[in-house]
Amino acid sequence: MEQTHYLIAGASHAALAALHAIRLVDADGSLTVIGRDRELPYSPTVLPHVVSGRSDPKCVFLRDHEYFARARVAYRCGHALVRIDPANRVADLDDGSRLRFEKLLLATGARAVIPPIPGLDAVPYHVLRTLEDALRLRAQLPQTRRAIVLGAGLIGMHAAENLSRGGARVTIIEQQEQVLPGYFDIDAARIIARAFERADVTIRTSARAVAIEAAAEGVALKLADGSTVSGDLLLIGAGVTPVIDFLADSRIQCDRGIVVDATMQTSAERIWAAGDVAQAASFYGARPVLNGILPNAVEQGRIAGMAMADDRALEGFRGAVPLNTYRYYGHHAVSVGSGAAPPGAEVVEYSDAESQRYLKIILDEGRLHGIFAINTPIDPGVMWQLVRRRLDLSAVRARFLAQPREMGRLLMSSLWR
Amino acid sequence: MPAYNTIVFHADRCDGCGKCMLACAQAKSASDSPQRARLEVLADDAGRFELAMCRQCADPECVPSCPAAALAKNAATGVIEWDHGKCIDCLLCTVGCSYAGIALDEAAGHVVKCDQCGGDPACVRACKPGALEYLTMARIYEEVGSLEDLFVQGLAGCQGCNTELVMRHTLRRVGPDTVVAAPPGCVPGMGAVGYNGLTGTKVPVFHPLLTNTAPMLAGLKRFYKRKGRQVTALALAGDGGAADVGFQSLSGAAERGEEILFLVIDNEGYMNTGMQRSSCTPYGAWTSTTPVGRESHGKSQDAKNLPLIMVEHRCAYVATASTAFMADFYLKLDRALQASKTGFAYLHVYSPCTTGWRFPSKKNIEVARKAVESNFVLLWEYTPTAGLRLTRSVDDPAPLSEYLEVLGKYRHLTPEQVAHLQRHIAENVATIKRHAVAEAPVSPASTPPGISSVRALQGPAASQA
Ligand SMILES: Cc1cc2nc3c(=O)[nH]c(=O)nc-3n(C[C@H](O)[C@H](O)[C@H](O)COP(=O)(O)OP(=O)(O)OC[C@H]3O[C@@H](n4cnc5c(N)ncnc54)[C@H](O)[C@@H]3O)c2cc1C
Ligand code: SF4
Ligand code: SF4
Repeated sequence: MEQTHYLIAGASHAALAALHAIRLVDADGSLTVIGRDRELPYSPTVLPHVVSGRSDPKCVFLRDHEYFARARVAYRCGHALVRIDPANRVADLDDGSRLRFEKLLLATGARAVIPPIPGLDAVPYHVLRTLEDALRLRAQLPQTRRAIVLGAGLIGMHAAENLSRGGARVTIIEQQEQVLPGYFDIDAARIIARAFERADVTIRTSARAVAIEAAAEGVALKLADGSTVSGDLLLIGAGVTPVIDFLADSRIQCDRGIVVDATMQTSAERIWAAGDVAQAASFYGARPVLNGILPNAVEQGRIAGMAMADDRALEGFRGAVPLNTYRYYGHHAVSVGSGAAPPGAEVVEYSDAESQRYLKIILDEGRLHGIFAINTPIDPGVMWQLVRRRLDLSAVRARFLAQPREMGRLLMSSLWR
Repeated sequence: MPAYNTIVFHADRCDGCGKCMLACAQAKSASDSPQRARLEVLADDAGRFELAMCRQCADPECVPSCPAAALAKNAATGVIEWDHGKCIDCLLCTVGCSYAGIALDEAAGHVVKCDQCGGDPACVRACKPGALEYLTMARIYEEVGSLEDLFVQGLAGCQGCNTELVMRHTLRRVGPDTVVAAPPGCVPGMGAVGYNGLTGTKVPVFHPLLTNTAPMLAGLKRFYKRKGRQVTALALAGDGGAADVGFQSLSGAAERGEEILFLVIDNEGYMNTGMQRSSCTPYGAWTSTTPVGRESHGKSQDAKNLPLIMVEHRCAYVATASTAFMADFYLKLDRALQASKTGFAYLHVYSPCTTGWRFPSKKNIEVARKAVESNFVLLWEYTPTAGLRLTRSVDDPAPLSEYLEVLGKYRHLTPEQVAHLQRHIAENVATIKRHAVAEAPVSPASTPPGISSVRALQGPAASQA
């Protein structure tokens, strides 16, 4: 049977960060990366821009073959992991081949959730997770007149903007009472939603789809309030769920994702998981969480790689922090940390509908709990550090609240030296 | 892994004028608004300054955070480069970076970051107080690193020996057309002159007496010259041999203007033979012949200022250097090399000795640096035409205690002895300042013009390498 010291399943952000971390301390250990896609590695985050035509699908790759050759990595694309046997440390691939590994990283990411709406399986719809999805959606754009986007998360919002810029009439259907739940509070979400409405995108919040059927135009979506929305294109952006089908009889502990400890190790020895697929400690609560964002995948991937290569510089995961940067119609929005203010927390909010600027800062016992900004420049990386280091801001509180960007820069610059 | 040039910030020299930001905004964004600069000087409440700008990280966080492969480290320059054509404006790089090194420029509509202006940063040029410095030392390391090490491997120096560092760097730079004189001391002691009929160098080397190093070398140089061969005559001597028993002949060679490069590695004593004091050993220092006990409390005389005495010989070139300031050292080495083609060049390198001075071997460069920062050692250079010039400011020195406390040889010092040392340093500073050309500005030798001279001096030998 073919052997490899390190086996990495997945070839995206978490996988590549792990690979890099391993190679920093172990230049020689045999390393195999398997990716389900047939292409070189790319990021799902770039896909909305492939759909819009801004990114050339031939230029979105995160690594080239030369990189893998130089790093002495066997990159096997177009192969999926289908089963693992933790006791014997054997991985089965979809082409029937088997690989024995010493250490395995599961970085298989997530896929789109298909909500159980009656009739959905009988109509054509799109999701956006792979390059294939993006190219299929892009091909559809020119003939799309009326599009329905199910879900007002990041994926749905990006897609809606692209579709409307391409000339389609777009309706977004969101169950919750606001767009981008989880990243922005309702006031901020309103500012963002308004930019969409100005571009003639219809946003229907607190709206639940109860049935879907084929219609003359394409599809007709029935909502709980009795109304119907129809269109010629349906895009599902109703969230994502970890790709874990290969774990079936492995006995590796799973909840919503693969449960990992502070070094990203799963319940099985010698097997780690990182990125969208992993359920790791939260920065804010006791319950482990999924945190399907790119910076989280990079961080967890690096930690897993360091742990796999026994890098002594490894520091354990400090807990997942929700983070986002979002650009829409020329505006920019940033969210770092939790918007749920704990009792006794200090919440400062500035909002100006006219200039579409917004800033909300939550301090808990003098420490940054969360910060949210629209069209107000702050450095999210600096803020993330302030949060995760639990830096006591009491001494600089007033200046931080008045000038979070300057104060954050000052603090991080001085901490660095 | 290659070394890279870098922009350093000396917060203590910054006066917050903001000219760097203006220069950056003008150079990069054709704007007079400092908000558009790619660096930001910030003052804290105590009036101290910090600088937020891209560190051109070795293992950057912005790069893996980019979903569009728009960021990459340029392997040749070390600069993290941004590709506008690939960027999708997602701002995720600004999440990765902890230092605000890459940030959204609202007016431009995309992220911007420092690119070091292709090697001539506008901010550095604009900074009059010298708070921003473009450190080009990396290029020196790169250049010298590509030259052949002309000592063999496995010389038996002590762990962490600074002398080995000095002599290897020196000979690499001076090059293969060299004959080396290594009088008794640590240089031959660690095997440079060789054993069992083999030399420790890849160039001709000989082992003169302590007393006749300079004239023997001068004789050889004259011989080669008569034969029509261009060789560098290089002495790698210790302070004991040069300042004590070999001084008469050294003085004679300098007075005659012999065309040699005499490099003294000053470890403040006869360390090779068991740590005896020399006339370069500082006041108060423990050595095996100035012990510490009931009667004796270390050396009771001050150190002789040998380089200053050499200035009084009107040598073609005299300079002091330290391995903690390599850019400065290299520049002086190049100038000394050049001067030795037509006259006597003297280079005095202060060289902490882990064994004889009693400090942990890993701290050698730290000790060397603290010696300079506290003015215990002064860095300057002299030529007959330009006079004496400080190459590092002697104003605002670090406390002497920071230097003394690292060294075992000063552990016994009484407050009176420390006060004596302090007086002696003050005298040294006053003397050097008196000698120094009043109008000559203090300019660190690491500025770009220096580099071009390193390049210019490299000559055909290096291009063959
Ligand atoms: C449209 C869209 C927009 C997004 N926008 C943002 C954004 O603006 N900001 C943000 O922070 N995040 C965004 N995200 C989320 C972000 O892309 C993910 O968090 C990130 O890609 C997770 O990285 P990962 O390595 O964990 O998994 P993924 O990127 O999902 O990669 C999974 C890898 O595993 C491989 N794989 C899957 N199954 C198998 C198998 N069985 N065997 C072998 N290989 C397998 C895949 O081929 C792929 O290489 C977006 C996602 C999408 C889809
Ligand atoms: S932008 Fe930030 S992370 Fe990237 S190289 Fe510069 S300092 Fe490092
Ligand atoms: S803003 Fe541009 S450079 Fe930065 S992460 Fe996004 S695509 Fe990459």
